[in-house]
Amino acid sequence: MNRIGALIWKDVLIEARSRQFIGAMLAFTLIVIVTLNFAFDLIREQRETNGAGALWIAILFAGLIGIGRSIAVERDRGTLDGLILSPIEGGSLFLGKFGAALLSIIVVEAIALPVFAALYDLPALDPLVIGIVLAGSIGLAALGTLFSAVTSGIRSREVLLPLLLFPLLIPILIAAVRATANVFEGDRDGTLRWINLMLGFDAIFIVLSYLGFGFLIED
Amino acid sequence: MVVQMELISKRYGRQAALRSVDFSGDAGTVVALLGANGAGKTTLLRIIATLTQQDRGRYHAFGVEAWPRRRSIRARLGYVGHRPFVYPELTCAENLHFFARLFELDDAVLVVDRALQHAGLADRAERPAISLSRGLLQRLDLARATLHNPGLLVLDEPDTGLDVAGRDLLRQLMRERAETGALVIFTSHALDFAIEASNRIVTLVNGEVAADEPSAAVTLSGLEATIHGLREAVSVA
Repeated sequence: MNRIGALIWKDVLIEARSRQFIGAMLAFTLIVIVTLNFAFDLIREQRETNGAGALWIAILFAGLIGIGRSIAVERDRGTLDGLILSPIEGGSLFLGKFGAALLSIIVVEAIALPVFAALYDLPALDPLVIGIVLAGSIGLAALGTLFSAVTSGIRSREVLLPLLLFPLLIPILIAAVRATANVFEGDRDGTLRWINLMLGFDAIFIVLSYLGFGFLIED
Repeated sequence: MVVQMELISKRYGRQAALRSVDFSGDAGTVVALLGANGAGKTTLLRIIATLTQQDRGRYHAFGVEAWPRRRSIRARLGYVGHRPFVYPELTCAENLHFFARLFELDDAVLVVDRALQHAGLADRAERPAISLSRGLLQRLDLARATLHNPGLLVLDEPDTGLDVAGRDLLRQLMRERAETGALVIFTSHALDFAIEASNRIVTLVNGEVAADEPSAAVTLSGLEATIHGLREAVSVA
């Protein structure tokens, strides 16, 4: 735990000082939320469904900006070898990078959700919505961190990462959009099965990433 | 033997980086690995450091086969590469504390303070690494690599960017590490420095070991002839 904590502490400290990713993630999220708000304003009767979609588009792309480069930055700087040469296991390295990525998404969501709630006039600060957003973010951060490692050594990684990541994220995204729309529409009972589905995929992604991460970052 | 390698070969595509290299190193020794650009020095160091796996040959470190047991070997290994493994946004002290936590060192505060003192960076402990010059950054990276008291220290051109005082510090550090029972292997393009700082010199030419002799028996002109003369002879052939 000490090593995983050290990795998270290091990434949080670097991000707090450089604001390399969170600034871009936040700006992108707010731009998407504001732009889609104007677009969907014309169809008020579908506001709940469209709002849920807009929220998850914003979270998904903001996540890609930040998480997609978490390993690539280490490789570009040459510091990835330093992490590989430390006696930390691949799985623990994954958990450290995953933890830091998840924290950065949560920070962005903490700012974006109140803005979304105000603009769309939807209950985005409902505890159930916050839980759904958290469950979706866990899956996004887990897969994003894994595929950041897969693509970090490839020159065209910015193109390849979404191509690899999006198809695998589809189950979580569908569940997240449906669960969020259900809460917005007031159907709280129908939400639970979607949340369970998301948590199931979260668990699968975390376990697979934990087991495979070490092999992916080695030469 | 800390390091024992037999018939190590490594290719990158069609290019052979190492051809059937035999290399060994004992505790308490400082070995300079010399050669022209592209001779295979960095590839050999990366294999020794378990960062790269050889295509062929046997490599044992600390008495065990290296690649399958690389995790345990890495805990006893210090490595300085071409680029420092330190984070520019963190201070010197924070960088060392981070690696102290990764290696789960006892008395991390004491160990880090001592490492900063030893590297001549005590007065810059709270400065971000990005503010350091190339030479001071190299000192910080050397402090990072030796923080956990490694039994095998692998240094790829560690004298790059160092001034005279920095080179003296590096020479002293390598000697101290060897005196405490470590094997130190380094590469350098400064041949005079390599002769002074090492006990033994291994010269690579076109991915093969061309010479392996005690430093005391080596002259600067002889070394230059081995590195450059043999290389030209091979390329002509």
